[in-house]
Amino acid sequence: MRYARALVMALLAIGGAAGAGCKDKEPEKAAPQTAETKTSAAPASDTIVIGHVGSMTGNEATFGQSSDNGMKLAVEEQNKKNGIKGKKIVLKTYDDQGKPEEAAVAATRLVTQDKVLTFLGEVSSSRSIAMGPVADSNKIPMISNSSTNPKVTKDGDKTRPFVFRVCFIDPFQGTVMAKFAAENKKWKKVAILRDVGNDYSVGLANFFTETFKKLGGEVVDDVSYKAGDQDFKAQLTKLKSKNAEAFYVPGYYTDVALIARQAKELGIKVPLMGGDGWDSEKLYEISKGALDGSFFSNHYSPEDTSPQVKDFIAKYKATYNAVPDAHAVLGYDAANVAFHAMEQAKELTGPAIRDEVEKTKDFQGVSGKITLNKDHNADKPAVVIGIEKNAPKYAATISP
Amino acid sequence: MTEFLQHLVNGLSVGTIYALIALGYTMVYGVLKLINFAHGDVYMVGAFAGLYIARGLGVDQEPSLAKAGVVFVGAIVICAALGVAIERFAYRPLRQRARLTALITAIGVSFLLEYGFQLPPVIDGEVPFPPGPTPRFFPEPFARVDFEPLGVHISNYDIVSLIVAVGFMFALQYIVYRTKFGTAMRAVSFDASVAGLMGINVNRVIVWTFALGSGLAAAAAILVAGSRPSINPLLGLLPGIKAFVAAVFGGIGNVQGAMVGGLILGLSEEYVAGYLLSSYRDGIAFALLIIVLLWRPEGLFGRVRAEKV
Repeated sequence: MRYARALVMALLAIGGAAGAGCKDKEPEKAAPQTAETKTSAAPASDTIVIGHVGSMTGNEATFGQSSDNGMKLAVEEQNKKNGIKGKKIVLKTYDDQGKPEEAAVAATRLVTQDKVLTFLGEVSSSRSIAMGPVADSNKIPMISNSSTNPKVTKDGDKTRPFVFRVCFIDPFQGTVMAKFAAENKKWKKVAILRDVGNDYSVGLANFFTETFKKLGGEVVDDVSYKAGDQDFKAQLTKLKSKNAEAFYVPGYYTDVALIARQAKELGIKVPLMGGDGWDSEKLYEISKGALDGSFFSNHYSPEDTSPQVKDFIAKYKATYNAVPDAHAVLGYDAANVAFHAMEQAKELTGPAIRDEVEKTKDFQGVSGKITLNKDHNADKPAVVIGIEKNAPKYAATISP
Repeated sequence: MTEFLQHLVNGLSVGTIYALIALGYTMVYGVLKLINFAHGDVYMVGAFAGLYIARGLGVDQEPSLAKAGVVFVGAIVICAALGVAIERFAYRPLRQRARLTALITAIGVSFLLEYGFQLPPVIDGEVPFPPGPTPRFFPEPFARVDFEPLGVHISNYDIVSLIVAVGFMFALQYIVYRTKFGTAMRAVSFDASVAGLMGINVNRVIVWTFALGSGLAAAAAILVAGSRPSINPLLGLLPGIKAFVAAVFGGIGNVQGAMVGGLILGLSEEYVAGYLLSSYRDGIAFALLIIVLLWRPEGLFGRVRAEKV
């Protein structure tokens, strides 16, 4: 009895020590608050700290990892060019594990403890929406690399003064896929499978429906799943009986890959369509070819022959030995937009940098020319990527 | 008609899993009068144990039935040991205390497993340990073969799951009602202190009950992971709660009740998502529970034991 209790105590102590004393690995995890009570001192004056909140682990782990890789490249290059105003840039990354509440905590920590001048992220709209208020209330600019939901830069009807993004938004992205389905593919009947717990997915499904109906198409059914579900067969069986020519599944890659596999198991042969949440190398790894013949809208195609893209892919390959996905490209662009604004700013304070970010016009990024409109969004063309032989293949470009 | 039958197949394949997990809840409750809320997380550990063993054997390079058997048995053994450990260190010290204390401890153990598995890795590898919140993918233990009778898609995984699950249920039924150990179990369930006075080793009975229940959860996990390959540390959350509902629904403490409850729950979920509203899929479990409990507070198969004074 007594020794059992002692053993439990010992185990807990060891577990606690292992948790708290874990070696500092990249990406840095936010240490538990008990581990350090003193706030870190203000950064030395010869460095500039910028932050990144991303999903380094969790259901969308490749989103955070890719974005971080792109940002790290941008930081390295800028530091080689003598940094910003002679100061070295330090990138601090926190993992939000794919949870909106963690994203808000991480953003707060970056602003209050690490004294960042700008922070970048997230890919997921739900998490960017959670981070927006932190940027506004602390007057530190936030630049999202690939959150596409319109609500990210909005506070009700007002535009959030300190929140920006370097990508297009879902009213356009939904339109792109609807146009592609109705005009390029001549599909008349589409069924929708949406992730109800995800701002991105719900927004995209709604915008798609709107445009597709306008173009004379019919949405034959609209069913839902929840991120992290294991079993999608009930919904898929239902959709199968509706004779749709394609399914629109605007979700994230882990769920989509499983949905595709289960659709194949049920003998469903129609193509799936989706958005930039599909863009991950894991999509192909998990789906094992079940997505062949499907399409998704994206921010860039690796087959683009513009010098910027070719250049970036070469650099990225040399460093990470992989082809960059759209989130890496936009991570790189978001960091560079921030650096450009810092260079232009009269003084290195949040509001001064914010004013310069807002003025971003015709900035040549890898993903195209970036001009921020009055809603702090970038108007850019989208590409449609088809999946052939379990690999992405450029299919079309659709302009706003 | 095809659609209806396809839903039937899907619902049965989900229902058997709920039933297997529900059996563990029901057994532990029957013997200890304790709702083991960590049971769903034992199921999660079973999936990971299977994954580590499968990686060790190289199942993804060359799957074979022998390896699948090793993964299956290995996961069951690991989880049985885990169940015994949980009982020994978390529940036994509190057995004489108020029942609420044990219940809160069970919730604590559940969180310990869920969040312990999300800690930063201590042992590095292709799948580190603890695995962290990123989903991992289970290799296919044997080649998938699809059949298509009457346009209904059914795979050898579904068939194997069903056969294994039903086999386990009958085995359990046999153990509880036809063996000496089962008699001891029922005696402890009736009154632990009197059973002790009659020469039954109460501790041993309880330990074996935990081992059996946890082993069944691991078996369920491997059957699921073979065909639905994504696993993560929060995997046991929803199935755990639903299996608990299935157990209460069928009459907690009753083996047939757990089986029937699991199957009904799986099928009703499937038909609700298929014919009504897919967003109500998870809600239906609890709606059913409430309706049944209003009508039969002891569950479908539960028996009210009258206190004789």
